[in-house]
Amino acid sequence: MRRTMTSLLTAMLVFCVAAFVAPVGVKAATPKAETVKVGAILAVTGGASFLGGPEARTIQMLADELNATGGINGNKIELIIKDSAGDPEKAISFAKQLIEEEKVFAILGPSTSGETMKIKTICEQAKTILLSCAAAEVIVDPVAKYVFKTPQKDSDAVKKIYGEMKRQGISKIAVMSGNTGFGQAGKGQLTKMAPEFGITIVMEEVYDKTATDLSAVVAKMMSNKDIQAVVNWSIVPAQGILAKNMRQAGWKVPLFQSHGFGNIKYVEVGGAAAEGIIFPAGRLLVADVLPNDHPQKTVLLKYKNDYEAKFKEPASTFGGHGYDAFKILCRAIGQVGPDREKVRDAIENMKGFVGTGGVFNFTPADHNGLDIDAFAMLTVKDGKFVLYNH
Amino acid sequence: MQFCLCHGGLVFFMTPELFLQYLFAGVTYGLIYAIVAIGFNIIYNTTGIINFAQGEFVMLGGMTAISLHHYLPLPLAIAAAVAITMVIGALIEMVFIRWLHNPSILRMIIITIGLSILIREGALHIWGEGVRALPYFNGNEITSIVVLGVGVSPQVFWVLGVCGLMVAALYLFFKFVPLGLVMRACAANRVAATLCGVSTKNMVTFSFVLSAGIGAMAGCVVSPITYSQYDGGTNLAIKGFTVAILGGLGNSMAAVAAGLLLGIIEAFSISVVPLAFQDAIAIGILLIILFIRPHGLFGNRSAAMLKEF
Repeated sequence: MRRTMTSLLTAMLVFCVAAFVAPVGVKAATPKAETVKVGAILAVTGGASFLGGPEARTIQMLADELNATGGINGNKIELIIKDSAGDPEKAISFAKQLIEEEKVFAILGPSTSGETMKIKTICEQAKTILLSCAAAEVIVDPVAKYVFKTPQKDSDAVKKIYGEMKRQGISKIAVMSGNTGFGQAGKGQLTKMAPEFGITIVMEEVYDKTATDLSAVVAKMMSNKDIQAVVNWSIVPAQGILAKNMRQAGWKVPLFQSHGFGNIKYVEVGGAAAEGIIFPAGRLLVADVLPNDHPQKTVLLKYKNDYEAKFKEPASTFGGHGYDAFKILCRAIGQVGPDREKVRDAIENMKGFVGTGGVFNFTPADHNGLDIDAFAMLTVKDGKFVLYNH
Repeated sequence: MQFCLCHGGLVFFMTPELFLQYLFAGVTYGLIYAIVAIGFNIIYNTTGIINFAQGEFVMLGGMTAISLHHYLPLPLAIAAAVAITMVIGALIEMVFIRWLHNPSILRMIIITIGLSILIREGALHIWGEGVRALPYFNGNEITSIVVLGVGVSPQVFWVLGVCGLMVAALYLFFKFVPLGLVMRACAANRVAATLCGVSTKNMVTFSFVLSAGIGAMAGCVVSPITYSQYDGGTNLAIKGFTVAILGGLGNSMAAVAAGLLLGIIEAFSISVVPLAFQDAIAIGILLIILFIRPHGLFGNRSAAMLKEF
């Protein structure tokens, strides 16, 4: 018995060590004097892979493009992408590795809020610029000197949703959220801002990020006749599953989703159930129908067409967050040269940068730089994202 | 939080509709778990090991069917996917397990863990990281059949029907078909079966083929409901393992009962505690069973003592 236990323990230990060592990516090539090393920690695989996948592809595409055209004033970018698989523990070890061993100039990502919060202090202490692609507001509130983020604020998303609910006369809602950093942060904002808009949350439920069926919890919510609408806050496939389970149960209340819904794959797998879902998102998804004089139109169309031509898959807002992070860093390096302190100052004072997420205006107090106008209200019609017109 | 607490009181006033909705959800979860658990049991019976790649068979079945569905009609795509997964099951056994001389249980377990990682990474390279789904067999994502005042997706009945049929067919197979009887003989006593002229190696291969096929079939019917993703097998394997232990390792009919029990407990638990505790309940049950009845709810203590693992 004891021998079996010992062997089992040994096996587990071997297994853990293997799991820990395996994902460490390709070792960087020998650095040249004029290259700027940029690290990226992205969830290329795992549950959040639809965030990290497009982000990694986008950043790689931009870096190749930049290096092929001579870099930033001759400075080439050397990109080191690490796949964290959405695991905060891996994000921590990659952050330490990038900072201590690779001595990177800046880190792009991580893809998820949970990971970003784990490495926020690490980057701050190491004075390494972090441009997160994750959405939660806690990343930049309170402001950390070296930490920025490119996705729109979740508080603005909540304001946008609650504003729409108020217009429709909805006052009693149910809140669903995934058990990820993004879900928790969104739930916090929804709860905090509800009184301001005269909205009462009569039921709230949290589901696991790997949830595959929510029909039981839908039955529970449906039995409460007070609920006039459901808000779901997550980034996982359960967004489509919730919509299906609600419609199959014959529950017809409006379903609002967060900006985590901005991936056409969810609409594809949600099929008919995704029709009519209302959610706030950046304008990338509706770039084609924007008026020609919209400041973002050119940037959005170029990125969308480049990405779709190269990777044969629809562009998502998440890849856009990677785009913004990379371009902001490059623009700052272009302005002041590859000096970390100066680049940090340049980002903090950057104004009028037109990205995919909106027009960025950073200040020392605002390390996100986007306001509520960065969001448009979208809905799903005939399997496509369209602007939501009342 | 307050709301969750007072909500518990509602259980006592549960309407028949709500009761039925929980029941349907629970039976659906439960049968999926049971199918995975049966896959564990078939291999356990002939080899004495737990095949941790069982969940990957479910994933492979769903993913293969989705890819084939671009070229073939749905029934053919599913049949082909099941056949392909069975071949993969056979290959895995032949390449990684068959040639081992008297391997220790621990070594075999490590091999299956390695295999599950290998299959998962392979699937990631073939299909990418995104979610996919087979179309609904009848109707679409919003179709529902009203049963006693409750809307239920027709796919739920497909899951119930297909899983029910598989369980019945397996029961008959092991009871009456000669091949099934021989497999049971291997399970009962490998040495004696060998002495009677049974090729235990072939039986082991066949057990992999059978459990791969069952898993793949389950992967196809649940795909419209749960979606398929390259790493979807892991969670199913954990739940299936819980159910297999709960019923008593090696006993397939007990796995069905245990699966339904766990599924229904999970579904009804939502009416009392927040959804977030759903998995905690499953693992809690597993722990309690391991402490109190390590041979499972329906298992036999003295028989379990004779087994190596």
